[in-house]
Amino acid sequence: MLRIVAIALGAALVLLLGLPLLSLVLRVSPGELLDRVRQPLILEALRLSLVTSLAATVTVVALGLPVAYALNVADFRGKRALEVLIDLPMVLPPTVAGVALLTAFGRTGLAGRALALFGVSLPFTTLGVIVAQAFVAAPFFVGAARAGFAEVDRKYLDAAATLRAAPGTAFLRVLVPLAAPSLLAGAAMSWARALGEFGATITFAGNMPGVTQTMPLAVYLALQSDVEAAIVLSVLLLAVSLTVLVCIRLAPSRLPGRARRAPR
Amino acid sequence: MLDALLGKRRGEFQLDVAFQAEPGTTTVLVGESGAGKTSVLRLVAGLDRLDRGHVTVGAQQYADAGRGLHRPAWERDIGYVPQDYALFPHLSVFDNVAFGPRASGMPRHRITSAVTEALTLVGIPELARRRPHELSGGQQQRAALARALALQPAVLLLDEPLSSLDLQTRRALRVELRALLARLPCLTLYVTHNPVEALVLSDQIVVLDEGRVAQAGTREALLRYPRTPFVAELVGTNLFVGRPVTTEGPKPTIRTPEGLVEIGDLPGPGAAYLTVSPREITLSLRPPEGSAQNVFAGNVVELVPEPPGGERVRVVLNTRPTLVAEVTPEAISALSLADGAWVYAAFKATGVHRYA
Repeated sequence: MLRIVAIALGAALVLLLGLPLLSLVLRVSPGELLDRVRQPLILEALRLSLVTSLAATVTVVALGLPVAYALNVADFRGKRALEVLIDLPMVLPPTVAGVALLTAFGRTGLAGRALALFGVSLPFTTLGVIVAQAFVAAPFFVGAARAGFAEVDRKYLDAAATLRAAPGTAFLRVLVPLAAPSLLAGAAMSWARALGEFGATITFAGNMPGVTQTMPLAVYLALQSDVEAAIVLSVLLLAVSLTVLVCIRLAPSRLPGRARRAPR
Repeated sequence: MLDALLGKRRGEFQLDVAFQAEPGTTTVLVGESGAGKTSVLRLVAGLDRLDRGHVTVGAQQYADAGRGLHRPAWERDIGYVPQDYALFPHLSVFDNVAFGPRASGMPRHRITSAVTEALTLVGIPELARRRPHELSGGQQQRAALARALALQPAVLLLDEPLSSLDLQTRRALRVELRALLARLPCLTLYVTHNPVEALVLSDQIVVLDEGRVAQAGTREALLRYPRTPFVAELVGTNLFVGRPVTTEGPKPTIRTPEGLVEIGDLPGPGAAYLTVSPREITLSLRPPEGSAQNVFAGNVVELVPEPPGGERVRVVLNTRPTLVAEVTPEAISALSLADGAWVYAAFKATGVHRYA
């Protein structure tokens, strides 16, 4: 009896997740997809999304690597607080993130006024889109990087140290390469999150075609005028997300250097 | 010269070890697992910090706890081969060996020759392009050794370099390693739990027991003059520690905590160490009546073929002190000895080697 209930509950979840995606795919024929993608509105959104999400990913990786390393090797005051701060965007409603970004970087915001002195303005610009995406995507990379660093056996860092490698060299030549599968997975997750970003972007950067209107925003807008276009865009985004996930699932087992933790 | 005075506390474990070693020689640190052997290497390498003491190599002071001096591992002139080699799995053998030269900023054109030289030294120049996971255990051991030697360090640290290899490879490599270490100008610290390796490879042996030096000296000194039961066991002999007495019988006698032992010559004053070779001990099922003057009784605890599968059998007894006799397999079957059997172990006064 319990077994039947369990199976029924499981099936319900599979339906809940699978049915919308399946029906989405079934609504569009491959030919129609190709036709639609060539439309300027969609092309524009696609280009903008790729540029901003990649820029956001690069930013997150560059800023996240040292933070993940520091959180793993060092013990310092406020470490717990930093951990919470970094995880917060994962659970924060994206629109709240957008409002928070506005209060910080808006014309009257704390950092906004300082940036304005240098002629830089973030709200309602492409740069603003990148900032919003980086804000929500950062925890995915930092989390994966920390897990990856923790998985690298200390013995390799010890060996590097006895081979004249100062910590910086050991980080670049040993730790990063050995944690590469996790770092790539984290970067891919961050990228996927940035690509799908909606709430923070529309709140902070607005919805201007060619400037701040990324794919998810275009989907939402199209839904009110051209449902078919919205569906095509959605299928595209779905394909991207699926590809990222499949790659992450397959990649770590293929790459060498995943160290097993040796007992001391 | 290496001068090491190492004090380190880790949880319940307290390490207190001092020794010195000369360039061009091999010092073997031998002891059971948990004796602190690896801790010694890590402290000398600079991977761990000293609580007390110092590490000095030649004119260079690497660590001095009193002054708060601790030069990190990457600033020390050492090469380290950890127990499981820790070859970088993402790099080829060449790049593994080139790691040290590159990290130390060696000019590019000299790196290739340094790597080739190191690989040739350990006999695997043809494996440069392989990845570590494509190597056998013995090849990995050589690659790790080449990596540690590429910068021609003043001090070479080897942690159980042969222990994870199969018996045959281990024997072959042991011979090779001895020849190689003898040629190297560096000072080698070699950690092992294997007494044979210690005896074969060492110029000097430092016996560690529970974080302390039980005894240090040349292999001849240890073989002939063991000072603690642990060292005696290590070199495979029986040891009594006692004081000479003259009043308790007509024969020269030493009083030990385990009873009186008759010896062949007149005892001098002071503490006396007595060893009895396992081959000097005869076993019998009844108290012996012949000329053997020293008799201990006990149960057989263990029968160990020596060498493994060989022509002698070591019989371990639970006498006080624990005695080990070495007899022929024929003697074992004649006495029908088995675990737990009650036997008398006897040896002549002239079979006792005595030293102060």
